[in-house]
Amino acid sequence: MDPLIRVSGLRFRYPDGTEALKGVDFELFPGETVILLGANGSGKTTFALHLNGLLEGEGQIRVCGLPMDKISLPEIRRRVGMVFQDADEQLFMPTVMEDVTYGPLNLGVEPAEAMRLAREALEQTGMSAAHAKAPYHLSAGEKRRVAIAGVLAMRPDILILDEPTTSLDPPGQRDLVDLLTALPQSKIVTTHDIAFARAIGTRAVFFEKGSIAALGTVGDIASRFGWEPLPRG
Amino acid sequence: MHIPDGFLATPVWAALDLAAIPAVGLIARRSQAGLEDARAPLLGVMGAFVFAAQMINFPVGVGTSGHLVGGTLLACTLGPSAAVVVMTAILAVQALVFQDGGLLALGANVMNMAVAGVLAGYLPFHYWGQGPWRRAAIFLGGVLSVLVSAFLTLAQLRISGIPMPSAVLGLSMALFLVSALVEGAVTLAVFGALEKMNPGWVRKPAGAISRLRGALAAGALLMASLGALVASGLPDGLESAAAKLGIHERAWNLFETPLLDYELQFAEPVWMRKVAAGLVGLAIIYLLCAALSRWLLRRRSP
Amino acid sequence: MEEWARRDSPLHRRDARVKMILLLVFLVWIGTARPAQPEAYAAYASILLVAALASRLPLLSLLWRAALVLPFAATFALLSWMAGDAERAASLVLKSSFSAFAVLLVVATTPMPALLAAVESLAAPKMLVMVVQFLYRYLFVLSEKAQHMWMAAQCRGGIRRASAGGAIAVLFASSHARAEGIHRAMLARGFAGHMPLIRPSSLHWLDISFLATGILVLSLGRWLWIL
Ligand SMILES: Nc1ncnc2c1ncn2[C@@H]1O[C@H](COP(=O)(O)OP(=O)(O)O)[C@@H](O)[C@H]1O
Ligand SMILES: [Mg+2]
Repeated sequence: MDPLIRVSGLRFRYPDGTEALKGVDFELFPGETVILLGANGSGKTTFALHLNGLLEGEGQIRVCGLPMDKISLPEIRRRVGMVFQDADEQLFMPTVMEDVTYGPLNLGVEPAEAMRLAREALEQTGMSAAHAKAPYHLSAGEKRRVAIAGVLAMRPDILILDEPTTSLDPPGQRDLVDLLTALPQSKIVTTHDIAFARAIGTRAVFFEKGSIAALGTVGDIASRFGWEPLPRG
Repeated sequence: MHIPDGFLATPVWAALDLAAIPAVGLIARRSQAGLEDARAPLLGVMGAFVFAAQMINFPVGVGTSGHLVGGTLLACTLGPSAAVVVMTAILAVQALVFQDGGLLALGANVMNMAVAGVLAGYLPFHYWGQGPWRRAAIFLGGVLSVLVSAFLTLAQLRISGIPMPSAVLGLSMALFLVSALVEGAVTLAVFGALEKMNPGWVRKPAGAISRLRGALAAGALLMASLGALVASGLPDGLESAAAKLGIHERAWNLFETPLLDYELQFAEPVWMRKVAAGLVGLAIIYLLCAALSRWLLRRRSP
Repeated sequence: MEEWARRDSPLHRRDARVKMILLLVFLVWIGTARPAQPEAYAAYASILLVAALASRLPLLSLLWRAALVLPFAATFALLSWMAGDAERAASLVLKSSFSAFAVLLVVATTPMPALLAAVESLAAPKMLVMVVQFLYRYLFVLSEKAQHMWMAAQCRGGIRRASAGGAIAVLFASSHARAEGIHRAMLARGFAGHMPLIRPSSLHWLDISFLATGILVLSLGRWLWIL
């Protein structure tokens, strides 16, 4: 089976000189949910941004067989749905409906069809009732759902979620697990929350100082790198 | 100080709306500078930043405090044309959401604070921004921007016939001078901290092309706004001054020509003509806006 | 205010463009009213009252918000009054507070997105409308941040001049980072240079008749007072 995403030898240096990625090799196969673990600053976000063409480093990236170049970039951005860590930055349009239709309209979809796609995506994420609300008035969990809806409306093949449990309460986290397991797309998810990772992940990779130190199951990786939560007591 | 509706005489607000719309429209186009809509989020967020920054009060001596106005800071970081757009957006939100400043008077407030204020605030930096006078230029920019806006505002109020005894005028000028000095100091403080954090945020000034030209330009702007203020004190305001010169009737006739209708000819009272003038003004504003946006759209999608 | 705008009433249901046009006409009418004409002001007041009742918003809170203009107006009214021009004094206060109330009524019965779409379709520059849209979106987000910074500083003994400069610079930095994040999020969802807009829907006949009645009432009022 061909991988949906194949990355080889990816290196990236921020303009200020920080070496954030030092040769990363990675593959994502259909149906997988890969968890990216690793300390703060180990390069997970930087890596994720490359998969959507938002950063451009050295090395090879292929998404659904397409090379990361100017011609296929719009198609790659449609296929790879990126859910950012800060929902306030992702939800920049004045109302939920406008935000969810933003992606489809950019793809050149007719307004009526964009509305239909948006309604469908809001339905899928359980946010239909909020379509006229301003994002500012949503709770953290609702914001996350709308952000996911905004990406689903573009009909992606792959979802990338950067620390999606940030500022969610435990019920919110459980709802998110239910939502993500119900979505058929292949996923890449960065998180520090091992319980969450176990619940949704089929596989994990561990980032250390800009490269991938190990691959394995979530449980393996977590115990090998001391990433288990504090013992109860 | 934002002028509410109901303060300015019809010709004053109408003329300033007429002036502000193409001015801001053109500057908005310039501020995009080939980047299409990509700058809108930055400019909007920076507008929100100015609002937020105004919540942080500065102690300025005995028990009083002041806050940032922001025009000069924005001009020296985002560039003058972007700063004009951001300040205009701020004034619009203040008028609509916070009932601070009128809607018909928006043109006046925009001309005073967003256009003249930002230009006056940027000029010193533009000419002396590099070299030994850098800090002085930033301080002076902050001072000038507040003074020029204030003078123009007072001038427009006076020319609209609002009585301003010299004692009051003197007092308000003194108050404005204080807030101008505060703005200069705050701008300088923030600017210094910003430059330390990331020099990339600060604009490269034009350099020492001609210090003299800079001095002349800044001086001229200040003198012009002060001059407007002095001139506005002629007898008492536009109405009687113009009436004395006989301009008044002629001016109104000018306004009415597009509406040479029987009814309007019979409408003797002056205020009736003012209505007509106001409406014509509004119609002209609308047409101008429509034409401008048509033109912009056409240029964008050839 | 946000919450007010999302309620429902006959005034809420009218098209934002129609409300905006009527607001402008009303403002011009007030702006050009003769100072000494109590009947006219009474008429404006009753129009505003009817509109306020139709909006089903709390009248007292509306009045309180519109009264924000009074300190400024009263100062100059006092000056006029001392200069012996009581007529002008009264008209300054009345005109400015009526105008503010009218603006408030429209803004409080129209959600911001609809209002901005209306302003845009009435030919305001698109760039400016977009900037206002982003400004409004992040106004409260950033203000909250500033407030937290302010409180944190108060806990540690207040703000001095130098540290206030630093605080504003930090705020600037985080605003900048946020703008970058937003831009990134836009690109990720296919931004290609232009923001897509959902056009406002076409006018309902109720909106058109509302517009016509509004203009008719205002003009009729003017004409009757000539007689
Ligand atoms: N915009 C930036 N400019 C410079 N350095 C950055 C930037 N963003 C992240 N970094 C640096 O790159 C490294 C990787 O960061 P990041 O990918 O955000 O890590 P993670 O998501 O795993 O916490 C860190 O050392 C971080 O400080
Ligand atoms: Mg991260």
